[in-house]
Amino acid sequence: MDAEPKPTWMYSRRVLVHALQHRGLARSQTKRVDAMNLQGKKITVHDMCLRDGMHPKQHQITVEQMVTISKAMDDAGVPLIEVTHGDGLGGTSVNYGFPAASDEEYLSAVCKEMKNAKISALLLPGIGTVDHLKMAVDCGISTIRVATHCTEADVSEQHITMATSIKGLDTVGFLMMAHMIEPEELVVQLKLMEDYGANCVYITDSAGYMLPDDVTARIALARAELKPETELGFHGHHNLAMGVANSVAAVAAGANRIDGSMAGLGAGAGNTPLEVFIAVCDRMGIETGVDTFKAMDIAEDLIVPMMDHMVRVDRDALTLGYAGVYSSFLLFAKRSAEKYNLSSRDILVELGRRRTVGGQEDMIEDLALDMAKERGTI
Amino acid sequence: MSNKIKAAIIGPGNIGTDLLMKAQRSVVIEPVWMVGVDPESPGLARAAEMGLKTTADGVDGMLPTMREDGVQICFDATSAYVHAENSRKVNEQGAVMIDLTPAAIGPFCVPPVNLVDAVAAKAMNVNMVTCGGQATIPLVAAVSRVQEVTYGEIVATVSSKSAGPGTRKNIDEFTRTTASGIEKVGGAHTGKAIIIINPAEPPLIMRDTVHCLTHDDPDQDAITQSVHDMIAEVQKYVPGYTLKNGPVFDGKRVSIYMEVEGLGDFLPKYAGNLDIMTAAGLRTAEMYAEEILAGNFNPELA
Repeated sequence: MDAEPKPTWMYSRRVLVHALQHRGLARSQTKRVDAMNLQGKKITVHDMCLRDGMHPKQHQITVEQMVTISKAMDDAGVPLIEVTHGDGLGGTSVNYGFPAASDEEYLSAVCKEMKNAKISALLLPGIGTVDHLKMAVDCGISTIRVATHCTEADVSEQHITMATSIKGLDTVGFLMMAHMIEPEELVVQLKLMEDYGANCVYITDSAGYMLPDDVTARIALARAELKPETELGFHGHHNLAMGVANSVAAVAAGANRIDGSMAGLGAGAGNTPLEVFIAVCDRMGIETGVDTFKAMDIAEDLIVPMMDHMVRVDRDALTLGYAGVYSSFLLFAKRSAEKYNLSSRDILVELGRRRTVGGQEDMIEDLALDMAKERGTI
Repeated sequence: MSNKIKAAIIGPGNIGTDLLMKAQRSVVIEPVWMVGVDPESPGLARAAEMGLKTTADGVDGMLPTMREDGVQICFDATSAYVHAENSRKVNEQGAVMIDLTPAAIGPFCVPPVNLVDAVAAKAMNVNMVTCGGQATIPLVAAVSRVQEVTYGEIVATVSSKSAGPGTRKNIDEFTRTTASGIEKVGGAHTGKAIIIINPAEPPLIMRDTVHCLTHDDPDQDAITQSVHDMIAEVQKYVPGYTLKNGPVFDGKRVSIYMEVEGLGDFLPKYAGNLDIMTAAGLRTAEMYAEEILAGNFNPELA
């Protein structure tokens, strides 16, 4: 790894304190982080295994499995569950994979079975459109999450504006690959989504690259700069095994929504393993409203048995986190590596060096072909 | 100058200015008007310096004299919202409208695929689909002219700097219009379009991936030949239209990986997405001009 895999920036404690002092927050924020006294803090956990978990399942989770799992989570007290193609509404494609059933089939089957849990859907402008959004609302979703790359929030205006016109729809702006820019730049983008009408915004570590200080710096600054009534969320990936630690750091710095996934079923090394995070919250006195033992049982009895491969920090998933690469590239890189006799780690490192962003799955076979020609492996 | 057809460009922004620079090299088109709405617009000033008549009063500022100025072709490089009105007005003055906005009130035109049909039909308004459409639909058509394509999908990746506010505010227009073009012009039964905006520095050159699913097993030799032929056609007006990899055949999937580098006239070279629009628009105008000059078409009578 001599050809620098470009950590886009490393957040040192010094820079963090500087950023906080700049806002006159150093004392209170650092004290809060250090003390970690989060007793009695209420947060909303949001399960991802039926959306982000579609990536390791190559979008083949069946409608029946979705219904069984979501009912079990509803019973365990999980308040919010995402159900969509891994790449969001309209993600069905050659590029990302054709799913076992349509978003409409998944959503309409799951929504009607929920007693207390609410269902969310993800939408990436450029892939899905407002027509998909309307369809999902008709199926009974309560939350729409509009996701863009961290520097491109303005492409979400059309979708967020439309979502806010639907009465009672919880509208979330979701900035992906948030490790790639500095906290100050990130806040500018979060505020755009807030201005369009999002009542909650997310900082998303799509590459599982962030370390707890990176999360603290971003969440703390966002919390200080956003309207107090705007909710703030964190979505982690476990590629450096930081999912739980990063999520706790996010809560400590002011986030009140945390994404995770039962047994970590999600792209790369998976999302923050939700049953673990819930157990940790229990120990710390953070209130999630989820039954810890029931969460453990769902992870162990329902999710692990349905995994096609063990979702864990293997060499390639670790590379994603180390080189800052979009987590759902994992299986695409593995397949191209096999097809063209290359190392998947080499492909992933190069994708990081080229600063690829979410959705560029089509780049992987193209790049692999270039590398294979260069190295004479085909 | 009598062997050139006079043209007006509506919209003195990046696209309009790039188009002007290309049009000045044309042997059959002579740009004579630049129409804007902002008197402070640098694009209007630049056009005036180049000797064009200019107005900051929109199309209405040109209408009273456009007929006596001999304008027979107009390009609209404004926005979808005002296009229909612009088009109606210039058509009434006997000029053909070439629409570079996503309004798509006229038939889609992708020059190497169906420009001949548009000109033969004497259409008074043709739409240039989208940048992603211009870059990819020729290749969908290259496959579908060999055998039945049940599904065509394109992924266009453009640099953040080349995605203007219009595209950003209405990104759904891109996906819908491009998907429709893949079906209507590309010849796929079902079309799907994806656009990705990448902020990397230095800005990346426009990349396009075309995936087709064929009904029967793909005839690899025929498709490969057809794709290479089509690329040569597009290169006539966009020299930087380059096959990077493929066609890759995997079962019934045919994948083609392209890069589109612009000429760097007014827009930077990485903005191949914008360049291919202006080049396709001009190519379309030139074909109309040739027909007018040959006496085969009189827009006044259409």
